[in-house]
This record gives sequence, C-alpha cells and structure tokens, in this order.
Amino acid sequence: MDIFIQQIINGLVLGSIYALVALGYTMVYGILGLINFAHGEVVMIGALTAVTAIGLLVPAGLPGPVVVLCGLLIAIPVCMAVGFTIERIAYRPLRNAPRLAPLITAIGVSIVLQQLAMIGWGRNYHTFPAILPATPHGFMGATITDLQVLIIATAGVLMAALVWLIRHTRLGRAMRATSENPAVARLMGVDVDRVISFTFVLGSALAAVAGLMVAANYSIAHYAMGFMLGLKAFTAAVLGGIGNIGGAMLGGLLLGVIESLGAGYIGDLTGGFLGSHYQDVFAFFVLILVLVFRPSGLMGEKVSERA
Amino acid sequence: MNDPSGKLRARIGIVLIGLALAVLPFVVGATFGNSWVRIIDFALLYIMLALGLNIVVGFAGLLDLGYIAFYAVGAYLYALLSSPHLALAFPAVFGTAPGWPVWLVLPIGALVAGVFGVLLGTPTLKLRGDYLAIVTLGFGEIIRIFLNNLNAPLNLTNGPQGINNIQPAQIAGQSLGRTMDVFGFAVPGVHLHYYFFLALTLLVIFVCVRLQDSRLGRAWVAIREDEVAARACGINTRNVKLLAFGLGATFGGVAGGLFAGFQGFVSPESFGLLESIMVLCMVVLGGMGNIAGVVLGAVLLALLPEALRWGAAPVQQWLFGKVLIDPESLRLLLFGVALVLVMRWRPAGLWPSALRRRELAAHGDAA
Repeated sequence: MDIFIQQIINGLVLGSIYALVALGYTMVYGILGLINFAHGEVVMIGALTAVTAIGLLVPAGLPGPVVVLCGLLIAIPVCMAVGFTIERIAYRPLRNAPRLAPLITAIGVSIVLQQLAMIGWGRNYHTFPAILPATPHGFMGATITDLQVLIIATAGVLMAALVWLIRHTRLGRAMRATSENPAVARLMGVDVDRVISFTFVLGSALAAVAGLMVAANYSIAHYAMGFMLGLKAFTAAVLGGIGNIGGAMLGGLLLGVIESLGAGYIGDLTGGFLGSHYQDVFAFFVLILVLVFRPSGLMGEKVSERA
Repeated sequence: MNDPSGKLRARIGIVLIGLALAVLPFVVGATFGNSWVRIIDFALLYIMLALGLNIVVGFAGLLDLGYIAFYAVGAYLYALLSSPHLALAFPAVFGTAPGWPVWLVLPIGALVAGVFGVLLGTPTLKLRGDYLAIVTLGFGEIIRIFLNNLNAPLNLTNGPQGINNIQPAQIAGQSLGRTMDVFGFAVPGVHLHYYFFLALTLLVIFVCVRLQDSRLGRAWVAIREDEVAARACGINTRNVKLLAFGLGATFGGVAGGLFAGFQGFVSPESFGLLESIMVLCMVVLGGMGNIAGVVLGAVLLALLPEALRWGAAPVQQWLFGKVLIDPESLRLLLFGVALVLVMRWRPAGLWPSALRRRELAAHGDAA
C-alpha cells in the first residue's frame, strides 16, 4: 500500500507537469486546429534558460526560493518571445494552407530550436543546483518532499488562474469565440490575430514554468529533453480530448499517474515478464484503449462526421 | 499525344532516363566516391517508404505518424531470418543459422508488416484526423520499445545492441555484398544493391501508378475528400481504409527487409519517431498524393542532409577560417530552416497533384 501511495504521489507530480505542457497544446489546437509540434522545445528552452539564470544567481548569496523565482521570471519572458516568434514565422503565413503544411513547418522549427539550443548550451547535461528545500515528509506511509508539494500546488494555482482567465475576462471570451468560429468572431470585433498570438504567448509562459519544474524535479536540463516531454504532453491532451482545457488537465494528471503506477506494478502484473522500462508502452497502450472506446478523448465533445 | 513525334519524343525520353539511371552509380562513384552510391541506395529505400506512406496519407488522407514501425517489422524479420542470431539465442530450437533466400524472406516480411498494418488499422478506424495520428504515433513507439527491450527473458531482438551479421541478399548465387566480376569489369556491392533497389523501386512506382487510377485508388481519394459522401456512394469505407493501411505497411516491410540486408545490422535506434517524421516530411514536402512529387521529396530529403554534412565544414573553413559550428548540428539546423522555407513558399508541396492544385486555385478565387 505504501508503494501504491508513493507511486500516486510521484504520478501526480509528473502529471502536473504534463498538464501544464498539455494546456499549451490544447489551447493552440482549440483555436487553430493544429498540432504545435514545437511546443516541447519551448519547454526545453524554458528549462535551460532558468537553469542558466539560476546558476548565475546562486553565487549572489540570495535565499534559494528567491533565486528560483528570479530564474522563473527570466525564463517566462524568453519563452513568451519564442512562442510569439514561432507563431509569426511558422504558422501565420500558412493559415489557409493545406492542413499538413503547418505540421511540417512545426517540425522544422522544432529541429531549428533544438539545434540552436545545442549550439548555445552544448551537448552536456546542466544540473539544477540543490537550493530548494527538499525535506521529506511522511504522508500516509509514503514520503513527499517540499519540492513535490510546491510543484503540485503551483500547477494547481496556475490552472485555476487559467480557467478564471478563460471564463471571466474579455480576452478569455475572445479566445472562446475565436475557437468557436474565427470568421464570426472577427465580425463581432474580435482581433483574431491578436488572440492567436496571445494564445501562443500564454501557452509558452506555462511551458516555461513546466520547464523549470522538470529541471527541478529531475535536477537536470538538456537540449533534447523537450521532445519526449512534448510527446507525452500531447498524448495527455489527446487522452483528455484535445481542444478541451479541462481535458488537458485531467489527461495530464491521469497520464502521470498511469505511467508511474505502470512503472511500479507492470513487473508484478506480468509475472516479471515485462520490467519497468515498459512504462511508456503502458502509457501508450492506455491511450489507445481509451481512444478505441471514446474516440474523442475523455472529455472531448463528440466530433461530427463532417468536422 | 496522338501525333507520332510526341510519342517518339516520349520514348526517347524514357530511354535517356533509363540510360542515365543505369550509368548513375558508376558516374557518381567515379566523381564523388562509393560512399555517395551508398547514399543513393538509401535514397531509393526512402522513395519506397515515402510511396508506401503516400498511400495512407496522400491517397486515403489518414495521418500516420508511426509508419516507421512497419519498416522496423520488415527489417527485424529479415534480420532474424538471415543472421545467426536465432541460432545463437535459441540453440535448442534452431540448430543452424537460417539462410533463407531473399525471394522468400522479402515477401514474408511484406506480409507480416501488412498484417501489422491491418492490426493497427482495425481498432483505430473509428478515429478521426489527429486522434488517429497520435494513436499511430503511440503504436510506433510501442514497437520500438519492444524491440529495445525484448532481449529478456527471451532474447528475440538482442535489445539496444541490435542484430548484426545479417547476410546480404543473394540473387542467382551472387551475394550483393561482394564485388561481382562482369567480363573482367569489377562491379562493387553498393552498385549491385543500387540495381536491385532500383528495380524494386520502379516496381513500387508502377504499382502505385496503377493503384492510383484503379477503383481502389479512386475510393481512397473519395474517402480523403469526404468520408460520408464516399460511403453514400457505396464504398465500403472500413475495408478500403484497412487496405490502405495494409498496403502501405507492406511497402514499408519490403523497404525494411532491403535495409536490413543492405546495412548488415539493425538496431532500434534506426526506427525512432524522428524517422517516421522524416518520411512524412518527404511525402508532404514533395506533394501529397502525387507520385512524382513524393519521389522528388524523398530524393531531396535523403540527399540534402548528406550534402549539408559534406559541405558544412569546408564552407565554414572558407568563410571564417575555422569551423565555428559543429557540422552535424549545422546540417540539422539548415534542414529545419529548409523545411520551414519550402512550406512557406509552396504550402501544397514542391510538386502538388493536379487535383490539389485545382482545389487550391478554386479556394483562392472564392476568398
């Protein structure tokens, strides 16, 4: 039972990160109907920027949490700028192009970002300094660290803020209108281009936070870390029903928990035949199963045949 | 096309292209070295892969992000049937290394890959658009992870180390891995592979062209354009989509088998998501649904990274006096930039199909 609780905790931490990244995918998808393949790389840029900034600030002797906050405040605008630029260069010129064209530019941008990061930061792993309190607390027979609590809490607050923004602000209403029907939204006086830019910037800001969380959680950042993370987060967004904000959160948390339970129990379940390195298989298998029975994700609306 | 001179000209063109293709490896080998013949061999494999994926994505309009899994299935099957691995791993079951002829192994690989294609297609047919994309992507990853980990408890794939010592294909007693002596004229193994791959590529192109205008090909296009309307016209959409998956996978399986025999070594590393994406880029960049465009895309994307690899260091040396940026990373950087620029410049691909061009033109008029 202790292991079970422990895996749930680890899964929730991982899942909070997935959920933040998945939100970026799902918001863009909801509005433009395209997979922003480069989003994982934005997370990577956020993580590396934050780690570098923190590394520079540590010798100043400020308390740990302040340093991390400064790193975050540097990483967020950088990621926002990257997200804004990606949309301008790779997606806006192709808005009326065939559906797969933006997918290719997204892949191109993703390769470019990864290589630029490699040239800038090198091939080596950058360690996240141990400046955050990592005291373990006992919790129902398992342990949870301050850092883990912080990650889950921050993700929760950010998601609540996002929901508030989308439900109760003018901009949020503009986003919902654009995702419903861009042409009509434009007729109602919504500046659709600005809304789309804003969506990218918002998603990128969340990605920066997620990047910092990954770096803090695993203590490392690396130029190639964005790819698999992006893939998982996108999987999470689809699992929840892509284009649906609540779905992305649910999908992210669920995927994190499934993965970590899978890693913990897959050996016992299969009598030792499959080890914990099959945790990814487990995640994808669950995804396929869910989609077979609910073809538009857990919380996705039923898509009409002529979507 | 009715005037005889036009027909004659077409015939002369075909003969000239044929001659050019026939002497290509010798010209390239003499000018740039045999490593470039090897690269051309790989380009031919990519053409086969891209044409297979084109059936699924270009004709039937089903976005498949895990296509490389079928390539992997074909490659591993060939590897298992033509290397000592099985005999070493299970001495009790397999006494000696199976040395099956290529004409038997390739069709088996194609068939098994096709079965995998149908297996993937059956549960996922209900899914639409991007949901299908992510499921195929997951499927590709599952296959790769299994290949990576199936070295215990049963050592089937030898895990991350991969399988080596794969016998090259043998045709009429001549191994394609060895230099052949033709009337005192030495023809190296890469050249032999070139002719073998070229013949199969031409066969694949022929099959694709015939499929495109067949009843089945038109049914695929109908589904791509409007599935509901296609069903209303009496097309059995389920079976037709399954056939697209199965046939596309079959081509991938053949290319995989050829790859294994050519390379002599397979490992899970060759079958990552990036490879799937690469093949998809070939299809989309060349011009989805148009066979000539897909061939062009495959050739360009197979050669471009190699040309960049070859040119990246010397050009920097010449420009700045020293190598500033790691050539490997520069080549990927330029590759990414090229993808973005080409799509911005020609959103429908370099050589779009006539149908798509018409649609885009009509769309432009309406807007």
